[in-house]
Formats: sequence, structure tokens, C-alpha cells
Amino acid sequence: MSSLGFEQFPDYQVPGVSHADFSPYESNGGSIVAIAGEDFVVIAADTRLSSGYNIHTRTQSKLFPLSNKTVLASTGCWCDTLSLTGLMKVRMQSYEHTHLKTMTTDAVAQMLSITMYNRRFFPYYVSNILAGIDKDGKGVVFSYDPIGHCERATYRAGGTAGSLLQPVLDNQIGYKNMNLNGEEPPVLTKERAVAVASDTFISAAERDIYTGDSVLINIITADGIETKELQLRQD
Amino acid sequence: MFRNQYDSDVTVWSPQGRLHQVEYAMEAVKLGTATVGLKNRDVAVLVALSKPSSELSASQRKIIPIDDHLGISIAGITADARVISRYLRSECLSYKHSYGSAYPVSRLITNLGNKMQTTTQRYDRRPYGVGLLVGGYDEKGPHIYQVTPSATFYNCKANSIGSRSQSARTYLERNLDKFLNSSNEQLICDGIQAIHGSLPTDELQSNNEDAPQLNITIAIVGKDQPFKILNELETKKYLSMAKLKGTPAEPSRPDDDEASTSRPDQADSGPRDPEVAVATEEL
Repeated sequence: MSSLGFEQFPDYQVPGVSHADFSPYESNGGSIVAIAGEDFVVIAADTRLSSGYNIHTRTQSKLFPLSNKTVLASTGCWCDTLSLTGLMKVRMQSYEHTHLKTMTTDAVAQMLSITMYNRRFFPYYVSNILAGIDKDGKGVVFSYDPIGHCERATYRAGGTAGSLLQPVLDNQIGYKNMNLNGEEPPVLTKERAVAVASDTFISAAERDIYTGDSVLINIITADGIETKELQLRQD
Repeated sequence: MFRNQYDSDVTVWSPQGRLHQVEYAMEAVKLGTATVGLKNRDVAVLVALSKPSSELSASQRKIIPIDDHLGISIAGITADARVISRYLRSECLSYKHSYGSAYPVSRLITNLGNKMQTTTQRYDRRPYGVGLLVGGYDEKGPHIYQVTPSATFYNCKANSIGSRSQSARTYLERNLDKFLNSSNEQLICDGIQAIHGSLPTDELQSNNEDAPQLNITIAIVGKDQPFKILNELETKKYLSMAKLKGTPAEPSRPDDDEASTSRPDQADSGPRDPEVAVATEEL
């Protein structure tokens, strides 16, 4: 399995010895997308959990509301996801007790980065995207790598179909590689963000075997979190 | 209450079989302002009286939320209460993280009792100088617990601790039968009326509605009701409701302190061990 596994050293192989490799990680699949607007943010994740060519379930939400204005979407190794989100919830409640207020999205973003880096030498195998309303009321998206590198962005796609979805978002939300003829791109509306997020998932489900079944969309505004569900291909 | 040679250390027994240091710690609870706890079938209510130490400062927080299903109201040394509440919060959070559900109230209190007991048996520690009224709700229903510095805890139908709390306790004892089937609103009103007796006499006689000095804090927890401290508007509403509803409690008399209810007249019987009226009522 590993690059230094003894399969590569035939001289050392002894007949009759069975060698089982245990990998602590497993990819349970799934994709996530987040798009931030002026005063809202849309975050979406599919609901399929798989293991190899098998499906564990078609109805598992990968969205974790951490407060009424911050949602974390987490995909990759599901056990690490559960452990990480459990830890985040505990830390956030502890913060609320001491500081008598809910953590801001920026504070959560920083805390998540630190928490993940603490496991630098046995990482959480998760692809995280944090979306929320910041202290100025603006929508914001933070994306992470498995060891907690945090980057603030307007839109981001992650998970198994991340590399399929990101270019679509670049073009449709970022207006990259398009000839706008010097015009200002239109301001992003909530409806367009939801439409683009839904369309990218439909496309992802076409090509990525790990993405499908349905997609849950959370629309976060100053008034709270609205949920939408969209059915996808189940194959 | 007088000094004798067996009261200097918590690890020293008196010949009468008492730990004086622990009993002295219970006295600290009586220095705090009164607080009342009572429950009906569905909810537990805590009402606390807080008095600012001077006109310049804000009053102390008497009611501390611990978790969604539990909160405490304190009387005594606030700093000790802070440490205890930090411990309770951390225990509840840890339990929720490990088991995915709320820490059952009786077990949490037993846990706290065990922790507090060590302070009564070590020469290098002192007992916590704070009494707690715990209001909580779990699968077994609403609970009111009283925790004392001696690390004993009592499961109560209703109770009151702190300075001049005897009149509140009397009110609660008299009206105990009607609490179980009370509505939540009536329960809160009863709590307010109970604590009325613990107001200092001059406050009671002045019918000034916006008397700024004393603050009443009310908290409620129960079925479909996470622990919540009522805000100013809601508190005002219940205060006026209580005023309309019931007869005002009798003004507390100076000898109403629990210290005098069971203590015989000391002057005549000569030196003897101080008899502290520990809250040993069977409830």
C-alpha cells in the first residue's frame, strides 16, 4: 500500500506470511460548494456517503450549522468530519459561556484553522468550507486544506468533484475568462447564487460517481438560515 | 458562635463529632442575598435577589446558566461560585460531547458533591463558601437541588437559601401543595412572592415601584424550555403580575434569620458547642 511497503522488495517476502495493511483514512466522498454575496452566503453539499463502489447512505447532510450565522460544510473522511465538528461545537459553546456572546464567523474560521493544524502530523482528512455572515454583515467564505490552511474567498468548491466544480464557479460567479466588453459584471443576487450552486451540483453528479442523490442548500442571511433541497441523479 | 480549640482546621473533629470549619463555611451562605427555587410538573424556576455592594457598582450575577437543561443560583462567595460553575459547565460539555445527550441532573450534582467533599477532608484545602440552588430538567422531569458547602445536597420540591431566607422557606412550605399543578406563570409569581419576605424591611415598607436598588432575577428551565434568564421586560411583567395576584408577604422580622429558629438562648446555658441551624429539613 505505502510507497515503502514490502511489496516493493521481493527479496524480503517470506512465503506464508500474510500482511494486512491498515489505513486509518477512508474517503467517504461528496462535494461541497459555497458562494458569498453582498449580504448573504449560499452553501451547498450533496448527501451521499460512500465507500469505494458502495453507498453507505443517500441521505446524510454534510452541512453543520455552528451558529445561526455560520455553517461548516465538511467532506472527506466521515469519522474525521464527525470528530472535528463535535470538537468545534464544544469549543463554541465554551466560548459562549465565557464571553456571553456567539462567536463571529471570522473567529470560528481562525479557530478551525488552529484546531486542524494541531493535528499536523496525523491530519483530519477533511475538505472544509466555512460560510457565514461576518461582523460587518457581509457574506464570507473560508476554505481549508486538510492541515488547516485557511483562505478567504468569494466562492469555493471542494470535495471529490471540487476540481470539476471550481472552474464552473470561476466562470459563472467570478466571470473569469469571459469577454465582458468592459462592462461591470452584475451584482450577485441570492437567486443566481442558488441557481449556479444547484447547476454545478447537477453537472457534478453527471461525472463524479461519489456525488449524487440530493443536495442540501443553506442560504445564510442576517435573518437566519434557510434550507432548500434538490434531488440529483441516484446512479 | 464562638471560637474554640477545635475549629482552626478542617481536619480536626470536635469532641461532639462536628467539623466546625465546615459549619463556619455554611455561615458564608447566609451572608449572600436570598434566592428561591421551586418547580411544577414541567418546569423549574429560580428567583434571586441581588443587591449591589454600593451605588456605584452593578450587582453580582446570582443566576448562572450551566447548560441548556440546567442553571444555578448562588449565595455566598461569588468567586467560589465561579469556579464551581466553570467545573459544572466543563462536565456538562464533556458529557454532551461523549454521550450526545444532556448530563442527568442528579448525577451531575452527585459528581459535584464528590468533588466538594475533598475540600472538607484535606488540610491544604478549605470548603467552598457558596451554597447553590440548582434548577434543571432532564428525562426524569424538573429538579431543584440545594448544594451546601459541607458537600451535602438535597433534592427539593422547593427551597430558599441566603440571608433572611427563612420567610421565603415558610411561604414555600405553606404553599407547597399547589406548586405541582401550577401553571408556569403562577409558579414564577409564587417565586417572586416567596422572595418578597427576604427583602430588607425598609424596602418592603416602601411601595415605590421603581425602587432601583434591589434587582430580582428570574430564570426558568423545563420541558421545551432551555435554561433562560428572563430579560428586563419579561421580569417587569412578572413582577407586576405578582403584585396584582397575591397578598404581600409579611415583613421579615429581625430575628427571622434561620440562625435563631432552632438555636436555644445561649446566654443562660454557658459555653457549649455552637449549634448551627444546618438546613436539615426533610423535604
